[in-house]
Amino acid sequence: MIHNQTMIDQRPAPSNTLGPMAWLRANLFSSPLNTLFTLVGLYILYLLVVPTIQWAFINADWIGTTRADCSREGACWVFVNARFTQFIYGLYPRSEIWRANIVFGGFFTLIAWLAIPRLPLKRWVAVFALVGFPVVAYVLLHGGYFDLPRVPTHRWGGLMLTLLLASVGMIGALPIGIVLALGRRSNMPIVKSFCVIFIEFWRGVPLITVLFMASVMLPLFLPSGISVDRLVRALIGLTLFQSAYMAEVIRGGLQAIPKGQEEAAAALGMTYWKRMGLIVLPQALKMMIPGIVNTFISLFKDTTLVMIIGLFDLLGIVQAALSDSNWLGFSLEGYVFAAFVFWIFCFSMSRYSQYLERKLNTGHKR
Amino acid sequence: MKTLKWISVGACALAPAVAMGTTLETVQSRDSVRCGVNAAQPGFSSLDDNDTYRGLDTDVCRAIAAAALGDASKVDFVPLDSVERFTALQSGEVDVLSRTTTWTSSRDTTQGMHFTGVSYYDGQTFMVASDLGVQSAEELDGAAVCTQSGTTSELNLSDYFRIHDMSYDAVVFDSPEQSIAGFEAGRCDVLSSDASQLYAQRMQLADPNMAVVLPEIISKEPLGPAVRQGDDQWFNIVKWSLFAMLNAEELDVSSSNIDEHADSDNPDIARLLGQDGNFGEGMGLNADWAYQIIKQVGNYAEMFDRNVGADSNFKIARGLNALWRDGGIQYAPPIR
Repeated sequence: MIHNQTMIDQRPAPSNTLGPMAWLRANLFSSPLNTLFTLVGLYILYLLVVPTIQWAFINADWIGTTRADCSREGACWVFVNARFTQFIYGLYPRSEIWRANIVFGGFFTLIAWLAIPRLPLKRWVAVFALVGFPVVAYVLLHGGYFDLPRVPTHRWGGLMLTLLLASVGMIGALPIGIVLALGRRSNMPIVKSFCVIFIEFWRGVPLITVLFMASVMLPLFLPSGISVDRLVRALIGLTLFQSAYMAEVIRGGLQAIPKGQEEAAAALGMTYWKRMGLIVLPQALKMMIPGIVNTFISLFKDTTLVMIIGLFDLLGIVQAALSDSNWLGFSLEGYVFAAFVFWIFCFSMSRYSQYLERKLNTGHKR
Repeated sequence: MKTLKWISVGACALAPAVAMGTTLETVQSRDSVRCGVNAAQPGFSSLDDNDTYRGLDTDVCRAIAAAALGDASKVDFVPLDSVERFTALQSGEVDVLSRTTTWTSSRDTTQGMHFTGVSYYDGQTFMVASDLGVQSAEELDGAAVCTQSGTTSELNLSDYFRIHDMSYDAVVFDSPEQSIAGFEAGRCDVLSSDASQLYAQRMQLADPNMAVVLPEIISKEPLGPAVRQGDDQWFNIVKWSLFAMLNAEELDVSSSNIDEHADSDNPDIARLLGQDGNFGEGMGLNADWAYQIIKQVGNYAEMFDRNVGADSNFKIARGLNALWRDGGIQYAPPIR
């Protein structure tokens, strides 16, 4: 006998277990103490955020070209606006900025090409980025060839210089670091001791000392008439310094690979370089992505130290602008702008490295 | 540290000896004067919106370029840190150092450099809130004084108050930005630093008129350009470039009226502008060296007013930097 039963219609879950209200109740107001903390926390946030927004957006002045266009009730972004070209290109001659723009365009296109998985010809683009592009960038930025007027390096500056220092440092430090890390684990006594001494020396001195030595002492030792360009001195110092750090990060990765991997490769008759290049390094580098990116980010921020040897990186040019008598007293705006630009680059590097880790994850994650 | 010191002393001793050719020849073949300046010193050397260095120190460089090359724009400015400035001069990286450097005996005698003159007589002084109604530093007994740590200002301050038998509370900060913020927040009644810096700090106040700089100067800080030792010709060029500007002011010759003096009856002006005799010859320069300086850069008064004086944002009074006949101490030997 079949009862003609009607099913009860589905009803939504009780409102106190679902939705934002429930989430609030569970996470923020679950007990009197939590409620108190939440309220105090909200109040502190209110105290911090409201004046910041008022300062940075609502009361801020955006349009104009001079100090007089600023009411000074909020931020004076007019300052950053008026100085924007200088912040990006330094003292690069205004009529030649198109050259820097081509380099900028090429730089970001190449990075995007290499970073977006769907695009083809990765290998060739990578080879061009590492070999061809630096030459093109040098010819364009420095000039002196193909009727391009020469732009001496002391006129380079701003974000352009920061990116240049950081990318040359990164591209240079990674291979040197790998070689040093392998050398330090080598059984050959001379190679090993050279690598150990090199790493321990560069890791033992502060970067600021390296730059000072390069800019203050080095010129005194060189014969008169021979002078190494300041930028080149800074680049060499920065690269060698970072390669020592990179070497230790990579050595950490090498040590984490079980010895069996290398022994198995050796048993298959692979030479040293094949064992390293095909078996050990790919695993070690993948595992050390967080450490490598960490070093890259710290390198990116360390580039601001070149200020002490008279090169105007982004922070240096902002500080120089702050001392213009027409713009005295806008240091907060200048520093906020510099911090924001640095944050954009460091944060993107960090996000990309997380994406890379997920992409390269082959299930061996420990 | 000691080894480093000896190395640098040795290097300093060597530096002038290894220089090849005269500085003037180097400058002329390069077709530019390399001038070491401060990267950021309001009124003395700072970058304007159009990537040009502006300031008193940088105008001194331009004057030298006008004298040596006939074109004031042929200057490569090299921004230098306060530590590396002497090395840069000794190693030949710059031809002249014009970087708010105080002329002291030890720098003149042990750093392998020669100061050529005084482009700006600076000195430590006080800034007070205008509503305090203080007129003179001698009324500051018992005041709270903001100053920067590790500078000579701190020592000068304690000397001054001891000599005048007054007491004070020191409020010490690390940087000019911090000390002016402390002053504005009312942490102290008085801010003490070099006059040139105080005027720049005053500009950073929300309302610059809320503070006044007192007239007393309690220390000597003569700032001037310096060159390497061992090249007397270049030393003379830099020295007389500044003297020419002072002489021009004294003779009321400025960049705007210089061409009206083309056939001057005044023998001093005729000599200055190279119409009577060739006073550039002894320095390896053309007869019109001083004409080029004044035409392209101006006389001392123009340079002063444009950068730190009446026509600038700072409105610093000439004070000690006025000509000797106006009650200051700027005095140049005559050109003849």
